[in-house]
Amino acid sequence: MDMQIALLLGQDGLTNGAIYALLALALVLVFAVTRVIFIPQGEFVAFGALTLVSLQAGKLPGTLWLLLALGTLIALIDGALALRNRQFRRGLWIVSVYCVLPLLLAGTLFAIPAATLPLPLQVGLALMLVVPLGPMIYRLAYQPIAEASVLVLLIVSVAVHVTLMGIGLLFFGAEGSRTLPFSDVSFSLGDALLQGQAVLVVVTSVLLIMALYFFFERTIYGKALRATAMNRTGARLMGISGTLAGMLSFTLAATIGAFSGILISPITTIYYDSGFLIGLKGFVGAIIGGLASYPVAAAGAILVGLLESYSSFWASAFKEVIVFTLIIPVLLWRSLKTHHVEEE
Amino acid sequence: MKREPSIAWLLTMLTAALAAPVHADVNVGVTVSATGPAASLGIPEKNTLTLVPTTIAGQKINYIILDDASDTTTAVKNTRKLIAENKVDVIIGSTTTPNSLAMIDVVAEAQTPMISMAAGTRIIEPMDAKRAWVFKVPQSDAQMATAIVEHMTNNNVRTVAYVGFANAYGEGWWNEFSKIAEVRKIQIVANERFNPTDTSVTGQALKILAAKPDAVLVGGSGTPAALPQKALKEKGYKGIMYQTHGAANADFLRVCGKDCDGTFMPTGPVLVAAQLPNSNPIKKVALEYVNKYEAAYGKGSVSAFGAYAWDATMLLGNAIPEALKKGQPGTPEFRKGLRDAIENTKNLTVTHGVFNMSPQDHLGFDQRARVMVKIDGGGWKLVQ
Repeated sequence: MDMQIALLLGQDGLTNGAIYALLALALVLVFAVTRVIFIPQGEFVAFGALTLVSLQAGKLPGTLWLLLALGTLIALIDGALALRNRQFRRGLWIVSVYCVLPLLLAGTLFAIPAATLPLPLQVGLALMLVVPLGPMIYRLAYQPIAEASVLVLLIVSVAVHVTLMGIGLLFFGAEGSRTLPFSDVSFSLGDALLQGQAVLVVVTSVLLIMALYFFFERTIYGKALRATAMNRTGARLMGISGTLAGMLSFTLAATIGAFSGILISPITTIYYDSGFLIGLKGFVGAIIGGLASYPVAAAGAILVGLLESYSSFWASAFKEVIVFTLIIPVLLWRSLKTHHVEEE
Repeated sequence: MKREPSIAWLLTMLTAALAAPVHADVNVGVTVSATGPAASLGIPEKNTLTLVPTTIAGQKINYIILDDASDTTTAVKNTRKLIAENKVDVIIGSTTTPNSLAMIDVVAEAQTPMISMAAGTRIIEPMDAKRAWVFKVPQSDAQMATAIVEHMTNNNVRTVAYVGFANAYGEGWWNEFSKIAEVRKIQIVANERFNPTDTSVTGQALKILAAKPDAVLVGGSGTPAALPQKALKEKGYKGIMYQTHGAANADFLRVCGKDCDGTFMPTGPVLVAAQLPNSNPIKKVALEYVNKYEAAYGKGSVSAFGAYAWDATMLLGNAIPEALKKGQPGTPEFRKGLRDAIENTKNLTVTHGVFNMSPQDHLGFDQRARVMVKIDGGGWKLVQ
């Protein structure tokens, strides 16, 4: 292994690690705020990437139907509740948010040929299609059982994951796809060739992480989320709605997931079920951070990316084994180091 | 008390009359992987089974098609269900080698012949009392590997690197290929693995580049097989690329794009049916299938996998008239007769080759069952 190979492997590891880090942050965020271990995180990666693929191919993405269906379902449930409580204005608001907005989006997609739009607009459309699914899933699957135990929430997560994966197969088919690269630029750094797309992934990830930092440190909503994560009851007593915090954290998680998918889709072939494994590696990072610490989770995820890259060079047949075995010493170390508290 | 026996007797007669019609239909049970990781293979197989003839020798054929979701346990469950509930006379399936291997015990126990659409040699070898009931239609890996090694020696390839799936498919190809390459004095300089679900194979690609092989063989199936090829091209690899027949479908071409131009792969003749010489008897049979399939599912939709399902039913079409002489459908005699008739298949031209089966060889293909093709401008070109 010479310097050039080491550099190229490092570049590859950092690129993947940056994506894992984003997902790890989203997992920690969702867990801290709602106690949900968000297994469907990976599905948002696949949905984001494949929705963009459909848009670029000039096809109507299947996620649109899911958006319309979930929106209608929520509008029916919440609308009925609002009517029963005679909150007509609230009912109107619900219908316009959950039904009219998705319909407007659908109308836009029908009216304009998405395939000819510039890339940033396509990415924006894909995000608008996928991100609302996050809070909608929270509303339908998690909000009614928000006070349940972690185990129940985990079981619901598995159910949501399997359902979304099946829906993904229905919408996008069994075969994988790639999107067009954002840039064909490549730089030479010493002996190694740096690809523009890889640099873009790392830079965007760093920017997103910084944006998240400012969101949590400087904005009232970010502070509300942090307060909920620290003490749910205390936050509620201070007037922070648990539902709002849940919706917000799921929106963020969906945004991060879908955007990660869009970032990596030019580098690799994405399948309807690719997201799960990518999410799982983010999860290993999140575990290293104890599902609580953001910086440690991000560092852990980058470690996973690097480990994966170098082990694929040295022992490609055992790559997955090496990556997932990492979790055992980490769990051992954590269980020895931290005092265990039984929930409930 | 006197009338009761007569009513019971009447009922018995009625049931007997309903249960045993003079000419029972032939029930064919099918389990395919129409969903899950092998779906790109299973879907064309399932599609093909909607186009096959429903009467053979004046006998109505019922196809009962189940999906096993590329899952071994489900494949076995489907097989048991088809045999116990649907009383099938023969099983077609499954799509993948692991599924087919798991089904062997079930069909042998029920004495029901089975025709597998998976490639693994171990489905029919070594021949024993259980595998006596099992046949398969796709070419074996060994046949395809021989074709690749032959092409390599003809093109002065001295060193070769192998990168394959980290599963039974990649391992099977490695075993066959390394054995034959060694005999032909081709040196293997790298042996790497990757997972179909991997998002990056940079490490493997770099290791292969460092070994500087004349050619690289990718042992993968479906679109994931495009990943190492794209990574190698991106890192500037200039040698000859080989793929296996598992990658021979339109989706692979779509995902791999121009990075796959100039790639060689062995496959069944059906994929390049129109380019076959007119003297080849396979051409007529293969074209008939291609035209039928593309009329139903669109131009360019045909793949080698759907043709396996077609070949399986052609095998049945040839054997059922013989088996009918032995017994009625639904009886053990018929199933035994069907097994014997399939085993005695001689000179049956199908879309993938010519079957000449024997008690020792339950595939019965020779060199006519494989051609080398080259990917050229997003299509398949027959290499003469």
